[in-house]
Amino acid sequence: MSETRALVTGSRRRPRRFSPRQIVPWTLLVLAIAVSVLPFYWVLRTALSTNGALAANSASLLPADVNIGSFLRVFGLQSPAEALAEGGSGASINFWIYLRNSAIFATVTTASAVFFSSMAAYAFSRLRWRGRDKVFGLFLATVLVPPIFTALPNFLLVRNLGLLNTMTGLVLPFLFMTPFAIFFMRQFFLSMSREVEEAAMLDGARHWRIFFQIVLPNAAAPLATLALLTFMTQWNEYFWPLLVASDDSTRVLTVGLGVFKSQSPQGAPDWSGLMAATLVSALPVLILFAIFGKRIVNSIGFNGTK
Amino acid sequence: MATTTIVVGRARAHRDGGARLRRDRSDFKVALFFIAPAFVGLIAFYVFPTLRGLYLSFTEYSILGSPEWVGTDNYERLFADPLFWNALVVTLQYVFINIVLQTTLALGLALLMHRVARSTFIRGMLLMPYLMANVIAALLWFWMLDYNIGIVNQIIDWLGMPRVAFFGSQEWAIPTQAVINTWRHMGYVALLIFAGLQSIPNTVYEAASLDGANPFQQFSRITLPLLRPVLALVLILTMTGSFQVFDTVAVTTQGGPVNASRVLQYYIWQKAFAEQEFGYGSAIAVILFLILAAVAFIQMRVLRGNESDLA
Repeated sequence: MSETRALVTGSRRRPRRFSPRQIVPWTLLVLAIAVSVLPFYWVLRTALSTNGALAANSASLLPADVNIGSFLRVFGLQSPAEALAEGGSGASINFWIYLRNSAIFATVTTASAVFFSSMAAYAFSRLRWRGRDKVFGLFLATVLVPPIFTALPNFLLVRNLGLLNTMTGLVLPFLFMTPFAIFFMRQFFLSMSREVEEAAMLDGARHWRIFFQIVLPNAAAPLATLALLTFMTQWNEYFWPLLVASDDSTRVLTVGLGVFKSQSPQGAPDWSGLMAATLVSALPVLILFAIFGKRIVNSIGFNGTK
Repeated sequence: MATTTIVVGRARAHRDGGARLRRDRSDFKVALFFIAPAFVGLIAFYVFPTLRGLYLSFTEYSILGSPEWVGTDNYERLFADPLFWNALVVTLQYVFINIVLQTTLALGLALLMHRVARSTFIRGMLLMPYLMANVIAALLWFWMLDYNIGIVNQIIDWLGMPRVAFFGSQEWAIPTQAVINTWRHMGYVALLIFAGLQSIPNTVYEAASLDGANPFQQFSRITLPLLRPVLALVLILTMTGSFQVFDTVAVTTQGGPVNASRVLQYYIWQKAFAEQEFGYGSAIAVILFLILAAVAFIQMRVLRGNESDLA
């Protein structure tokens, strides 16, 4: 829009930033950024405070009585007596285990679903067979089924297989594909040049060789984006792990956070510990975002044409 | 995360997906090998449970023993169940607040970004809440909105207004959940709209300016109509997502106070898992499924979200 106006008034390169007309939009934008980002600081500030000092200095912008007791508590490194003294519940909680479980859950499901989905996407974009588009439509139609609807029967299935509270049962429904991953990779394969593949085909290479040696290596960038998006979705998954992985050895971070919160003393919650736990749960995704932020941001708005 | 973007792309996918390959023989056997794992997943964890869920909704099944066919009993019971209607009403309130609040804020934010700042860094900061799990967003705001020492109530206090029991009062429980959800999704939705804004060619605006259209006219006559496919997508995302709210409710209010935040999915979970009534829980899930399908269908029809005026 600003470019349009510049054209009309004839000044082509008007400096953007210091125009007085942009003070209001910039103020609003900064406000939106503050609302998005400042809560993260508040979590850190709370985690580094002690519960006693928090109550007394509830509005101080800096941590009150700087202390890492809350993190020790979250990782089960405080004795129950120490934890109680600092306002914790005294119940044993160990986020190392949850962190490990979340890492296994997200990594295994991501690697497997992305790989199998890419294989399927290859069949939907490069191979020619009857009913191909109908089957593809069936895959896409599954996005219409709300996860809660399939979660109940899936729970029964996993229970009947005797896999409740096992890592196998936890990852099982997510191992094979996600409709989005198939769609995403298929769009990319369709946009990829086929020349190299056709040359290889003339040389007698079989499809699986073409897939592994030509197609997959050339798709490294979209595969990485897809893996990131899938990993973060899995990391944040709450409902399924809540149903099938309720005991301590298979509990993931999101579920652990809920349990930690419900154990917290009702009258005077362990805010410091809760925020330390929240930060620990958020950190892996924040780190990924710090490294791959640009890739993630640019993938939003992907609609199959870019 | 991005699962839902599919809805928009589907029509397009069908169009250019079809007839690009012209080879003499069919690759059926090879294709079978390539789609086998995904197909197993499709059948075992999508198709089969969908059918089984439908079946269970006509049975009485308390996890022990085996399902017992009861015909439409569950549905009859459901229509007479005040808690079900309450859940429906509460969920609709939540959906409504989300649509209004989230779409308006995100549209405004997208226009701001389009006008003054297009840097990836700024977009990244606005996207940060979206990357957090619902549970994290819920706990973060559970603390910031705490009645006694939460920072928001401190500020309200300074401003000389009475403190608000965001989670503890019946009238605030649902709006509070909606605000948390809006906080988490606002930046993401803004980025979707922003991508739509960027696809509108500048020449359209130039022509409008030459014809003397003021910025307001440009917005209502050009920007909004051309954004229709993106806005349709955003509405579907917001509605289907909001109808399935669970995580934030489960970790903060647990349906309370009283029944004020007992949303549909929470009620389903409660019936099926806390009270072991799988048949009844499945029946409510069928209703939720039907609502979502209707929403998606109506929106694609009415808003013609899969067609673009720019093509």
